[in-house]
This record gives sequence, C-alpha cells and structure tokens, in this order.
Amino acid sequence: MWHYQAPLRDMRFVIEEWLAAPADWQRMPAFAALDVELAAQVVEEAGRFAGGVLAPLNASGDRQGCRFDNGRVTTPDGFPAAYQAFVDGGWAALACAEEHGGQGLPQLLNAALLEMIYSTNHAWAMYPGIAHGAYECLRAHGTPELRERYLADIVSGEILPTMCLTEPQAGSDVGLLRSRAEPAADGSYRITGGKIFASGGEHDLTENILHLVLARLPDAPSGSRGISLFLVPKRLPDGRHNAVRCGGIEHKLGIRGSATCTLSFEQAEGWLLGEPHRGLAAMFVMMNSARLHVGLQGLGHAEAAWQNAAQYAAERRQMRAVRRPEGRAEAPADPIHYHPAMRRTLLELRTLTEGMRALGYWTAHLLDQAEQGADPALRAQAESRAQLLTPLVKAYFTEQGFRLASSALQVFGGYGYVQDYAVEQILRDSRIAMIYEGSNEIQANDLLLRKVLGDGGAALRGLLETFRAEAEAASTLPECGGFATALGQYCDRLATAAEGLAAAAAQDPERPYRAAGDFLRLLGLVALAFAWVRSARLAAGRADDPFYAGKLESAAFFFAYLLPEADHRLALIEASRQPLPFLPE
Amino acid sequence: MKILVTVKRVVDYNVKVRVKADNSAVDLANVKMAMNPFCEIAVEEAVRLKERGIASEIVAVSVGPAAAQEQLRTALALGADRALLIETDEELGSLAVAKLLKAVVDKEQPQLVITGKQAIDSDNNQTGQMLAALTGYAQGTFASKLEPAGDKLKVVREIDGGLQTLELALPAIVTTDLRLNEPRYASLPNIMKAKKKPLETVTPADLGVSVASTLKTLKVEAPAERQAGIKVGSVAELVEKLKNEAKVI
Repeated sequence: MWHYQAPLRDMRFVIEEWLAAPADWQRMPAFAALDVELAAQVVEEAGRFAGGVLAPLNASGDRQGCRFDNGRVTTPDGFPAAYQAFVDGGWAALACAEEHGGQGLPQLLNAALLEMIYSTNHAWAMYPGIAHGAYECLRAHGTPELRERYLADIVSGEILPTMCLTEPQAGSDVGLLRSRAEPAADGSYRITGGKIFASGGEHDLTENILHLVLARLPDAPSGSRGISLFLVPKRLPDGRHNAVRCGGIEHKLGIRGSATCTLSFEQAEGWLLGEPHRGLAAMFVMMNSARLHVGLQGLGHAEAAWQNAAQYAAERRQMRAVRRPEGRAEAPADPIHYHPAMRRTLLELRTLTEGMRALGYWTAHLLDQAEQGADPALRAQAESRAQLLTPLVKAYFTEQGFRLASSALQVFGGYGYVQDYAVEQILRDSRIAMIYEGSNEIQANDLLLRKVLGDGGAALRGLLETFRAEAEAASTLPECGGFATALGQYCDRLATAAEGLAAAAAQDPERPYRAAGDFLRLLGLVALAFAWVRSARLAAGRADDPFYAGKLESAAFFFAYLLPEADHRLALIEASRQPLPFLPE
Repeated sequence: MKILVTVKRVVDYNVKVRVKADNSAVDLANVKMAMNPFCEIAVEEAVRLKERGIASEIVAVSVGPAAAQEQLRTALALGADRALLIETDEELGSLAVAKLLKAVVDKEQPQLVITGKQAIDSDNNQTGQMLAALTGYAQGTFASKLEPAGDKLKVVREIDGGLQTLELALPAIVTTDLRLNEPRYASLPNIMKAKKKPLETVTPADLGVSVASTLKTLKVEAPAERQAGIKVGSVAELVEKLKNEAKVI
C-alpha cells in the first residue's frame, strides 16, 4: 500500500512566496517568459507524471530487482517504458538549454520535479540521475566534436550517461584509483581498468550508454592531481561494441531496481574530457547540482514518509486519547494521531520536511541566480552561497530522510516492519543517500574546513547576515517576534562556535575534524530556523486560511521542540576539545 | 472537421471532499482543483482525431471562474488549438451551461462537440443531452468508441446490458464514457507551447445568454458514515438479517 500526492500547495508556497522566484525570473533574460501560472502548471504536470507513472513501479521494482545474465542487465518490469514516457514527456530536458533541445527552465523547477521523482521511485530515478550533471560537464569541457556527437543525445534522452569513479581500493579517496588511459595515434585514448558501484553502468533503458570514467595518463602524478576524465561510450560511433563489460550487479539493502554495476574496461576507446590531469576539476561543474540532487533525495524520502505516516495515523485506532480535538466524540479507541507521542512524531515529520523544501529549493534558485543573474556581483554571491549550502543540503537532508523514514515506520508499529506497507522500503532506499556522492562525513569536512574556515568565515558571515535580516524583518510581527529573537541568538552562538573552532585549529589541527559533523547539524538547525521565521512572517495575519495556520503551528513547534537540539550540538562542538583516543591496531 | 470540446474545473478526484458547516455547499477552500476526468477523455479523443488527420481544429471551452483558465491551459497542453473561457463566478445549473454552449456552437459551427458524460462534482449527466436538444444536433451519449466516416459518425455506446452502435449524421454531440480512451500526460514541450496558444475570455452577457437559475440548492449533506460490519454465525442468520434488518430480500 503506497500513498503519494504531490505536495503542490507547499511547492507553490516555497516557489512563489518564500523565494518569490517569479520576480527574480523577470530579471533573468533566460527566464523572462516564465510566469507563475506556467511554472505552476509545469510542477503540477510533473506531479501527475511522478504519481501516475513512477509511483506504481516503486514497490514492484523493489521486489523484482534487476537481473544479471552474462553481461546484460534487465531492469524491473515497466522501468524501460517509464523511461520512454519520461523522455517523450520532455522531462529529462527540463533544465537543459534550448539551443541543445532542452526546455531552458530553471534548476528550481527541476528541483521540484526531482523531489517528486525521488518520493515516488528513487531506484528508477538513478538511471536518468546523472544525465544533467553529465550534460553540464560535457557542455563545459567537451571539444566541439564531442559536444556535437553527444550533447543533443543526452538532452533528448537517447543516451544515458554514467559516472565511473569508484574502484575497490579507491572509494572516498579517488586519488588511489588505478585505471589507466593510453593515448592512441588518432588522438583518442585506450582505457583499461575495473570500476565498481557504477549506477546504471549497464541496463536496458537505452541502446547506448556514455561512461564518464576517471583514469590516469601514463605521465600522471600520483594522487588526485593525476586523474583525468574520459568519455567512453558503450557503443562506438561506427556501431561497434566498445571493450566495456559489465561483470555483475550488487545485491543491495535498498534501491534494488537500480543496477549498481561492476564494469571492466579493456583497452576501451574513449576521449579526453577537459585538460589532462584535471579530471576532478572537470567533474567539479557537475558537483554542486549532483550533491543538491542527492540532498533532494532526502527531502523526497521525508515527504513520502510524512504522507504515508500521516494517512496511517489518521486511520489507525488504538487506545483512548488523553485529549481529543474539540467536538470529537469519545470512542472506544481513538485514531493514533490524537496521542501526544504520535503528534510529536508527525509534527516533526511535517516541520522538517517543509523546512527542508524551502532550503533545498533556495539552493536550486541560487544556482539559477549564479548562472543567469544579470548582475555579476550578485551572480558571484549566489555562487558562493550555493557552494556553502550544498554540503549542508546533501548531508543534512539525507540524514533526515533516513531518520524520518525510521520515525514514520515507528508510527506504523509492527505493520511498518512488514512489506505490506511502503514505509520499510523508504527506510531502505533512503540509506544510500548518506553514503554516495561524497559520504556525509566528507560533506561535513567540506562544509567546515573548506567552505567555512577556508575563506576565513566570509561566506558564513554573509549567510548569517541574510538570516539576521530575516529576523529583523519578522521581529515586529506579534506572531513571530519570539521566533526572530531566537534566530538572532542562535546566529550569534553559531558564529562564536565557528570562530572558536578557527582559533583552536592553530594549536589542534584535528579539532575541526572532530567537530565537523556537529557543526553541520548545528548549521542545519539554524538554517531551518531561518526557513521557519520567513514562513511564519509570510503566514502572519493569514491564520484564517488553514494552510497558513498550519505554517504558524509548524513554526511554533519548530522553535519549541526542534531548535533546542542546537544546544546539544553546541555542547558537542565544545566537547570536541577532548581528543579522541586511537583504537588498537 | 472542427471539434468543440468542453472542459469543467472540478474538485480533484483524489480529494476527500467535506461539506461546509452550514450545509450550503461542498467546502472548496484550499482544495485542489483539476479537470473533470470525463472531460480529459473528451480532450484526448479530440486530440486523437486530430492526430489521425480527421479533425482540423480543436476548440476547448469552459464555463466557470477565472481560475478555470488553468484547466483550459491543460487542454491546450494536451493538444487543443485554442480555448474559450465563459467567465462567471456563479454556480450554474446544467441548463444554463447548455445555453451558453449553444451560443458558442452557433458562433463556432463545429462539426462535432465532445463533452464528458458527467462531471464528478455534481454528477448531473445532462449538459450534453440538453445541448443536443438546444442545437438540434444528433447525440451519442456514453461513448466507448468513435469512428467517423465522411459526414457520418459511428458511436459505440455503453448501455445497460451491453453495447449499442449508432450512426449519427454530422454535426453531432458525443458524451464520453470511461472506456473511450486512456488520456495521456501533457508533455513539457507542449505545456510550454500552450502558453502561446490563444485563450479568449467572454462573459455570459457577451453571449447574450441569461443564466438565471431555475433551481435552488436547499441543503448539501455528507453521505451517512458506513457502519461497522458484523460476523454472522450461520447462513440462516444471514438470511434473517438480510430480510429483517437490511430489508434487501
């Protein structure tokens, strides 16, 4: 049993009011033709597609999984047809430029589309998952010939790209990879090596697959500065099969409909993408959007968990409640959403999901402003802010996606643990997002060491200024003055904690690494406080409308019940003074 | 062949509707609205006839508030060529709607009008029939198959106990049943193109039609809540209960 309704009302609230994106689009020449109605229609139709085509394949794809036979992968029933419908519907090309056959719409609307796809079928979404990043990478670094040959086919969905990084000995540390590339006489390269964990490395959705492969040139320096990026198609332009072979697929905890492949390249023909030894830099253009998209997986899982738990809790009757909503008669057993413990859980699900939606869409909107903004200074500011928020969104959202799936499962009691209800699948599917695309621990280090301490705190100060400005704007409204005060105080405490870590790092360089995870969660909570102050400000005075009344209730719940976790995180950052012992070898 | 296809804005079929506290109407505040599913089938059929080269132009028409433009935009995204909104904030009865559509038929002179057999909000199932009476067009209701041939139209109708095949002389009015087709999803490029298609708005007064209501809604009530079932001990007890409690045999 699976329940999904695209959260269109909240999506419109975030896009139209919280971000006020339509006004920004008017200032971006690329989006000048986009208005509120069109954006709403795009999101609504995307929701119909996700709910009507992808959701029905979620549980069946999980049960059936992928099959592997002698180098070939068969995806679950319905997956190839759903992909064809996705491509025919033009959804694959939503945010690609019109000159390449795309629709030229903002990343913000793509974020809404992706959230719904991840809510309804994460495993299926893995196949087109890398396509946009590969499109950006090829657009930025491909030679004119390569762009001519492959760009339009990626946009049209004719060809699906993969990302081949990981090798058995090279996981988080790609610098350890051993795959080799040798130059050939015609300017192409011959790639040899073994890759693992390649999502969609082999499948039956498209005829051709375009592998983006990291490998070393003969003269490469060791470590991550000696890695180059290559484009290696499964089928060569003249129709021959390239020397790429799928050796098997993984049997996994979740996203079982997604083929996670072992690939071997034996003198496979490919072409260099970007400069020699600068493969990681070439990949970097896809990193911001790819990490944001993984964060949106966490949001999608949280939304699916919330919807299913909310529906179940309204119908399941157990025990008599201490209090009932006004006007509700006594009954032998009450719906479990009357019980305080369940209300706590459900409100946490709703409040965190909606808060994350605002922050995730904001990051997508910043990427649009960074690329399409008219003013260079604002473009640079948006770029720096998106870079700061990206590791936060990736790690915080995916951690919450898993944790909230577990909370939702708890609402179902024993029924949550069995396959008859969808919630156990959300729990399993969500777990991978904390691991891949840079583990959450790597994200925490990236956030604190590189993005916060790396620039002397400048980007963080800018972010906190935005938060404080919101607190200032909301401070005079009776409904949210208290929230605004709390936001201002936690901004100060976060700034102090960051300064403390910067100062301590001089004597104890390991200290920020010990505190990074807690710092990320602290920033996540303060960013959510910002999201809820703004939501409450927009809802103030409109409590006669149940939607805005719900926003004010959620904001009050967040500040009373969820923000106090920030004290715990601050205490743990303080605790990180204490060195960690090494474990016995 | 020009086709006129009608589109009604109704509560989305997924929504659990609630009656207003004063029993005056269904509560529409903050409720998701969508195109009536039978109208989706009507639009789909018109688009398929155009794809087969039988229809030359599809005009989508709706009667309702300004927000009904959303449903007309959807019809345009699905393949209608242009749209007409007869804007009114009043809750119109079937006859008023049929009179408005009659005025549009007079102006547009379509060869075929396709409407849903009913709308899922009021379930009246009469606008198409009334429009046929007003225009004098032939009518084929509850259609599960359409097959145009020259100036004739073969309509397979779903009737109690089977299927009936009619041959209508064009111009004609057809109302759609559930099995006529399976509507498509609007594609993103077509949503974008729909933005540039013409959408005209007129008022009932512009069409010279009086929409004064002949009916008054006295009360709207939610259906009685279903009672819990019971387990019976024997067939005899079941028969006894069916006879004396449920009074169905």
